[in-house]
Amino acid sequence: MTETHHEEVASFEADPFEKRWMVISLGLLIAFMLTVTIAGFALGFQVPGSETRVDPRTVADSAPWNEPGLRDRGNGEYDAYVISKQYTFDPRTITVPVGSSVTFFLTSTDVQHGFKLQDTNVNMQVVPGEVSKLTVEFDEAGEFDYICNEFCGAGHAVMSGSVVVEADAGGA
Amino acid sequence: MLTQESVYEVTKQDRRFVGAHLLVAIASLSVGSLFGPLQAFEWSGLDLYGLLEPIGLGDYYKGLTIHGVLNALVWTTFFITGFLTLVMIAGLKRPLRYPGLNRAGFYTMVVGLVMAAIPILTGAASVLYTFYPPLQASWAFYLGLTLVVVGSWIEGYGFYLTMAEWRRDNPDARSPFIVLAALITMVMWQFATLGIAVEILTMLLPAALGLIDGTDPELGRTLFWFTGHPLVYFWLLPAYLSWYGMLPKQAGGKLFSDTLARLAFWLFLLLSIPVGFHHQFADPGVPVGWKYIHSILTYGVAFPSMLTLFTVVASLEYAARQRGGQGLLGWIRALPWGNPVVSAQLLAGILFMFGGIGGITNASYSVNLVIHNTAWVPGHFHLTVASAVTLSFFGISYWLIPYVTGKPLWKEKWATVVNWTWFVGMMIFSNAMHVLGLLGAPRRTELGQAPYVPDEWSGHLFRMSFGGAILLFGVALFVVIAARTAFQKERFAAGEGVEFPIAVSMRDPQLTPLWLDRFKPWIIATVVLIVVAYGPQLLEQFGNASFNSPPISP
Repeated sequence: MTETHHEEVASFEADPFEKRWMVISLGLLIAFMLTVTIAGFALGFQVPGSETRVDPRTVADSAPWNEPGLRDRGNGEYDAYVISKQYTFDPRTITVPVGSSVTFFLTSTDVQHGFKLQDTNVNMQVVPGEVSKLTVEFDEAGEFDYICNEFCGAGHAVMSGSVVVEADAGGA
Repeated sequence: MLTQESVYEVTKQDRRFVGAHLLVAIASLSVGSLFGPLQAFEWSGLDLYGLLEPIGLGDYYKGLTIHGVLNALVWTTFFITGFLTLVMIAGLKRPLRYPGLNRAGFYTMVVGLVMAAIPILTGAASVLYTFYPPLQASWAFYLGLTLVVVGSWIEGYGFYLTMAEWRRDNPDARSPFIVLAALITMVMWQFATLGIAVEILTMLLPAALGLIDGTDPELGRTLFWFTGHPLVYFWLLPAYLSWYGMLPKQAGGKLFSDTLARLAFWLFLLLSIPVGFHHQFADPGVPVGWKYIHSILTYGVAFPSMLTLFTVVASLEYAARQRGGQGLLGWIRALPWGNPVVSAQLLAGILFMFGGIGGITNASYSVNLVIHNTAWVPGHFHLTVASAVTLSFFGISYWLIPYVTGKPLWKEKWATVVNWTWFVGMMIFSNAMHVLGLLGAPRRTELGQAPYVPDEWSGHLFRMSFGGAILLFGVALFVVIAARTAFQKERFAAGEGVEFPIAVSMRDPQLTPLWLDRFKPWIIATVVLIVVAYGPQLLEQFGNASFNSPPISP
């Protein structure tokens, strides 16, 4: 206990243990904040941000959304335009060679959906009127499901597709 | 300095009024909880919805809507308004200033509940409890839930007017901590619900009535989550009120620090609202910079939770040592574990520690992408609203129902069984849900129908539904105890009964500085922080709003 003599006036006073705990708590939280800051700004962990806005009623009528699917940008880089609608993704299968870097663009023509590419960091809310965008690199061959993970109506559970990563270059 | 010691006795009418809240709350819980295990079983391959088809409840998402609305919104809101009403009356030792106003608030809530129940049961509102346009429910669903919220506001106004009268009579006294905590909870709630009020009034209700052709879904999400996160604190703060202001007394001790308890509550008012974008980390339409700022502020709101951990544990340790507890951690055994009022809150607190650790993960805006919209999230909030809050409310019920009915708790030992059942069931359930989330299982999905479920998930799905079955047993036993207590013939003998629990602070509350007992500076700071953290992005989204997404009924 502190040795200060009490005049018994109202004051902010904390027990020494309590003060120590407050310092530890703040230190811990600042460490978390720094971790997030470093991950976001120095290591380049990306989350979806603000992209272009679209009109959900007409977006599928004009380029690039009138032809959903893969665009080869060269150097192993691809853009994948995927339309979400009750209860399917268009396209339902995307094939790329191993080592590809694929930037996914998603939008919805009806209600909100989700786009989670299993076993990767791609996980996006798909919102009518917005375009969601994230990039992923496929370093291993295999099949990766993408699933709708936002409730979109009665058939929500069947809404899925898959990315096929082929061992030998030559896909797309 | 002595405060005037009034001798107000809580009246029979007061008790009946609080009891009416509890009746609606527990009835809602008993119905809503039936659907939780049904979902759990469906995930593990046991689809029982066919059995409910003849009574019109065979739809997974209708059941999920009922579970979410009744358990997360109705059970909590009715329990909280009832409990806080008694806190105001017993804490200030005076009647409500305008009991008719509070009754009007309660009836508004009941009318709203009935109005919302009709479209839910007829399948015209199977949109779950998140208001995500353009998914559209019947107008009655939105209007009904609006009335539930407005009714709770009206009860809050009744609290403010009662407090104002007390303050006039006691200008120099510190307000009782539990009363301050009740008022802060209500003030926070009234700020928080502004977001959803704007969403309903400008988009959902007009679209449901055919007055507008479409909505702006991303704007809807931002408005929804303005309310959605502080909603969690609206559930949590009454449990904290009990942990700080009642549990130390129930455990045989004192509140460690009145000053720190008040500081924590003020920080919750200040920080629980400007953090909503942490629910939108995976959204398009919100710039990364704002997501980062809300991520940082979310760590800020963890600070008062850390203070709570210290103060509550210190108070409990003091109580246990008063009871002869010894050793670095051995004192924990000396706590009155045999008292179900205490054990419910202790176990709730332990579950909440796991919830808090998971919450830190959710708050990290990059790590969040791993778990966004996965089973991890319901795994998390079953540790918060369904454990820290619900199990604490069970514990409060064990004294509150006897208090308002004048009848002793039916089978105290069985109440202890409820607590441990809930604890064990929730450990199993929530752990399995967290693991499933990390493996990629989506939340709120009729998983038995999904084509993409790998074998890897099946063991965890079984564990999860096993936990769900244990929880169903626990809540059923709780409802039986509550009903048998309230509707038995036996009454407390004269001179017996339940005392309203108020923990005394170790340091005289009069020594707590005045700025921790005044609303004005904190309300100003809250408004400023909301404007800074939300203002620019809200202006941006309203400025660029396009109401061009036509409503779609599921």
